[in-house]
Amino acid sequence: MTSAPGDREVAVVAFAQTVHRRTSDELSEVEMLMPVLHEVLDHTGMKTADIDFTCSGSSDYLAGRAFSFTLALDGVGAWPPISESHVEMDGAWALYEAWTKLLTGDADTALVYAYGKSSPGSVRDVLTRQLDPYYVAPLWPDSVALAALQAQALIDAGDTDEPALAAVAARDREAASANPHAQLKGPVAQGEYLVRPLRTGDCPPIGDGAAAVILAADDRARDLCARPAWIRGIDHRIEAHGLGVRDLTDSASTRLAAERAGAFERPVDTAELHAPFTPQEIVLRKALRLDDSVVVNPSGGALAANPIMAAGLLRIGEAAARIHRGESDRALAHATSGPCLQQNLVAVLEGEPR
Amino acid sequence: MPEVLKAPLVVEFPFTRSLGPVQSAFLTGLRERVVLGVRTGDGRTLVPPVEYDPDTAEEIRDLVEVAPTGTVTTWAWNHAPRRGQPLTTPFAWALVRLDGADTALLHALDAPGPHAVHTGMRVRIRWAAERTGAITDIACFEPYDGDRTEPAGHTGEFADPVTGIVAAARLDYTYSPGRAQTAYINALSGRRTVGERCPACRKVYVPPRGACPTCGVATSEQVEVGPRGTVTTFCIVNIKAKNLDIEVPYVYAHIALDGADLALHGRIGGIPYDEVRMGLRVEPVWTDGARYPDHYRPTGEPDADYDTYKELL
Repeated sequence: MTSAPGDREVAVVAFAQTVHRRTSDELSEVEMLMPVLHEVLDHTGMKTADIDFTCSGSSDYLAGRAFSFTLALDGVGAWPPISESHVEMDGAWALYEAWTKLLTGDADTALVYAYGKSSPGSVRDVLTRQLDPYYVAPLWPDSVALAALQAQALIDAGDTDEPALAAVAARDREAASANPHAQLKGPVAQGEYLVRPLRTGDCPPIGDGAAAVILAADDRARDLCARPAWIRGIDHRIEAHGLGVRDLTDSASTRLAAERAGAFERPVDTAELHAPFTPQEIVLRKALRLDDSVVVNPSGGALAANPIMAAGLLRIGEAAARIHRGESDRALAHATSGPCLQQNLVAVLEGEPR
Repeated sequence: MPEVLKAPLVVEFPFTRSLGPVQSAFLTGLRERVVLGVRTGDGRTLVPPVEYDPDTAEEIRDLVEVAPTGTVTTWAWNHAPRRGQPLTTPFAWALVRLDGADTALLHALDAPGPHAVHTGMRVRIRWAAERTGAITDIACFEPYDGDRTEPAGHTGEFADPVTGIVAAARLDYTYSPGRAQTAYINALSGRRTVGERCPACRKVYVPPRGACPTCGVATSEQVEVGPRGTVTTFCIVNIKAKNLDIEVPYVYAHIALDGADLALHGRIGGIPYDEVRMGLRVEPVWTDGARYPDHYRPTGEPDADYDTYKELL
């Protein structure tokens, strides 16, 4: 898909999220998710039966159980049967699927949700299972190690240094002070090296959480929301899976996705970047040509709360919520998946002129 | 609220994977201490090799030997190795561009400390003592300040090529079933079956998962159901499952416990398999120390009327 939305316009009309926490083992996944689903529906006054299409993002590897998303469907009210789909990816990609569904005219409203409970397992090890199974996964390089390789590449290239990385962490977590849902907020010690050159402060908190948004098309969106966050374009791109093939100091896929989503046509005032590790924010700012006039990660970003599979959808939700509240007129939201920013999605959201 | 249950959960799976011609040559080469790359249409040499050009998607098969020596392009110091990683002592992760290659390979670099590693340093492969045709045939890289070794120009043809790998994986979890299922499991320890009633539609779900799938609302009101129930539907199993000590044929049934609005699964015993029928009234049979009924057997009551369970089919 390209940025051209055809003759329909689709908007994010509501957003809700959990308070993200290190553990939530008193709750099953559906028990964690359900309050978020109720909240996002309440924002619009809609009921489950009013939703034309439902799409979710999650991963069986977090729960250690096959088809785990089917249990979460109980929280949606999937009987009588609903039109439903699932991506084994971050919910941002579920939103992409729902967006295309609305563009085709097959549906006027969509519920998109995503959740991740990292607490049952060791997320650093779990994420190794998404790597190339022939040459890389048998070595078990964990997510922090791969991000650290990217950090050193940036340092060698003169694009950053350890104090600059610490400043990224400090600014995001300072911004998170105003975010009641964030897991890590305010001053956080940079701490010891986890995998050098990355310290604990350069890495995201590990936690459990969920997010949900509602999409609606055209007049339906205007009925449901005082100031809809219109999706002007979305695109997602992937790079070669071989880490040694890519230039880790750049993100060509992010730049291309942003271009195709229309991000460079006019300046944005806000950018919510899915950068779980501090060096990734450096790469993304460069790829997206964000200067100091843009408010980056006012929510605190993934360094403040990183529920796996929901953190990308959270970026779109946070960007949309700022438009709903009148704090932004044109916002960019970014989601990533895979090691060292392998796959990237960019969405451009706008509010109507006030 | 009583403590939520937790238990260790280990997921292990040995994925058996086939290799295409290029991956087969590369991994067989490692077994024979030969490193092969693949040449792209524009003349670059990719190591590790892939079957399709990452830029053009063109199929590529032109194998070319590269040297076991190379240069670190980036690295990260790993002071606390994790399970499954190549070395158990602190090491550097490194991307290494082997001499003759245009791309870099990820592996471990054995060095005394971060002070001894830098981008641009020269390294060479340390081969594993026993090699099987896997990426782990490279034990790791090690610092090397000797001369460049020229590859012998191997063609990539091997008498006994490796055609597959077994990629073993293991992940450890601490599983918690959440509040609703914890209550269900705790009740079972007292040989009671407890479901939850939906506050909206009043249906009783068992086992409860904390949500009503019809209404999409939380359930919390606990309701004891059973112990007796009605067979709503069943099947006859004729194939013996591995590691399962049950003689075939046997009957596996959906059983609507009295008071429940959802049937649960169970095996039917105490009656010849070909006499099990819809509407049969059954009760659970517990064995000593069991955490759930071993099977259900006929109660001897008259069969339930079809109208009493037709909604539960």
